[in-house]
Amino acid sequence: MARNPLHLLGLWVLIIAIAVFALFPFYYAVITSFKSGSQIFRIDYLPVAFDWDNYINVMTQGSFARNLLNSVLVSAVTVAISLLLAVTAAYALARVRFRGRAVLLFTILSVSMFPQMAVLAGLFEMIRAMGLYNTPFALIFSYMIFTLPFTVWVLTTFMRDLPVELEEAAIVDGAKPWQIIFKVFMPLMWPALVTTGLLAFIAAWNEFLFALTFVSNDSQRTVPVAIALLSGASEQEIPWGPIMAASVIVTVPLIVLVLIFQRKIVAGLTAGAVKG
Amino acid sequence: MAGKTQLTREKTAAAWLFLLPMMLILAVVAGWPLLRTIYLGFTDARLSSIASAQWIGFENYLFYLDYGEGDGEWIGLLADPTWWRAVWNTVIFTVISVTLETALGLVVALVLNAEFAGRGFVRAAILVPWAIPTIVSAKMWAWMMNDQFGILNDILVRIGFIGEPIAWTASPDTAMIAVIMVDVWKTTPFMALLILAGLQMVPGDIYEAAKLDGVHPVKTFFKVTLPLIRPAVMVAVIFRALDSLRIFDLIYVLTPGTETTKTMSVYAQEHLFAFDNFAYGSAASTLLFLIIAIITIAYIRIGRLNLGGDK
Repeated sequence: MARNPLHLLGLWVLIIAIAVFALFPFYYAVITSFKSGSQIFRIDYLPVAFDWDNYINVMTQGSFARNLLNSVLVSAVTVAISLLLAVTAAYALARVRFRGRAVLLFTILSVSMFPQMAVLAGLFEMIRAMGLYNTPFALIFSYMIFTLPFTVWVLTTFMRDLPVELEEAAIVDGAKPWQIIFKVFMPLMWPALVTTGLLAFIAAWNEFLFALTFVSNDSQRTVPVAIALLSGASEQEIPWGPIMAASVIVTVPLIVLVLIFQRKIVAGLTAGAVKG
Repeated sequence: MAGKTQLTREKTAAAWLFLLPMMLILAVVAGWPLLRTIYLGFTDARLSSIASAQWIGFENYLFYLDYGEGDGEWIGLLADPTWWRAVWNTVIFTVISVTLETALGLVVALVLNAEFAGRGFVRAAILVPWAIPTIVSAKMWAWMMNDQFGILNDILVRIGFIGEPIAWTASPDTAMIAVIMVDVWKTTPFMALLILAGLQMVPGDIYEAAKLDGVHPVKTFFKVTLPLIRPAVMVAVIFRALDSLRIFDLIYVLTPGTETTKTMSVYAQEHLFAFDNFAYGSAASTLLFLIIAIITIAYIRIGRLNLGGDK
């Protein structure tokens, strides 16, 4: 593309600008989180301190450690349930021709694009009536609205591409549909399940509106809400150090996972959108 | 022949059985609450008395409050300038941020489509903003945009772009710019990755042919590349636009209580839970749903998008 030295220079300026723009805010959060006391209010471009105070502070005071646990629990259970339901549903949608399949697929896609606000009032009423208010179940239950359509959709596009011969051979051997799913397709689906599960996990981990609405008890909150509500006595006393430490804690696991599964994630996002 | 129909029938029955749990859950978690929200918008429900809500018709939407003797005023959602301000804010935010994200995403995708040492690193780097939770990005940027201790003001003052520090998030004039800045930072990677996937489907020999014919690269881009990746871009744009139209978390955390950034979702949430106006908030949620649905259908029709799959 760029043979001309001037073009090459232009390309590299762009590359560096993109990398710096993408990474700088997180880098700055990390170096801020290691500053303590009044150091925080000095603007430094390079790391100047390596103090774990903010981390110790955020993990031992208040309920942040508990909130982390809540987030792990809620996200993991949400993903497990969605995947289980999505695998069987995706088999039906991808491998069986039946009336109403197109309508059903379109409905699932519409639900995945739903504005959460449109169901908030009704969900709130229902969650209170079912006695789930202030429990992790309220979140696991309500998160199905975005994890389920997404996992069904991506797994359907994946299953559609599996060779038909596999299934035919199994049918000749007298396998039932559920045996086909769990004995024949499952072993081939691990990569797709890992990717879809990870993307659903990130979505559940990051969710804010439902978590803010359906839980009011500090100890029951998930981390996004806990971070949003970390505050000092006044506008001037916002505890930036602990906020940055908490931000780094909830972000590092995600970044590690995303970097490990990089290629698969890009493929999963593309399957969820472009191919869809 | 009979055996085959038997088999097909069995398979179809199994398919419906497999679909049933998913359909039930979606009906309970999406369908029913949506209907209830619409219904509650026609009642006088309050947060503490949802169960005893009474039907009041369109009063939450539009109602003529008669003071007698020919005096009175129109009240309700449709007569509330704050609501229309929120609609306007949402549309402005969506148009500007999605346009910027598409333009920047295109640039990033073109760069990542070029061969250079360290391409894997840059692709990994742009995944970082995407992976960071929205609330965390809001806090990180709020700190960087702090009026006194923020590094953004420091950088901008040093390069002479601004004369004195700006209170980015607190000042009504710059709050929207701040929100758009964070949104663009966070979601351009998504755009770039989707466009990149489209770019990689363009066969390489097209560029070879254009080059042999001596076509200028810029012309090649507009005449060849852009039309070919248009479907991918259109789908990416609708996904992003739908996300922007319902934006809540970023604004709620970055610029709380600011009139100039209050979107439809923030407006609805405030009325539902902060102002004890549950029915009115439900009406706002319903209207939000309608507005987004109309925009989506119009976009799909105008763009002749094929979202149905089957390639």
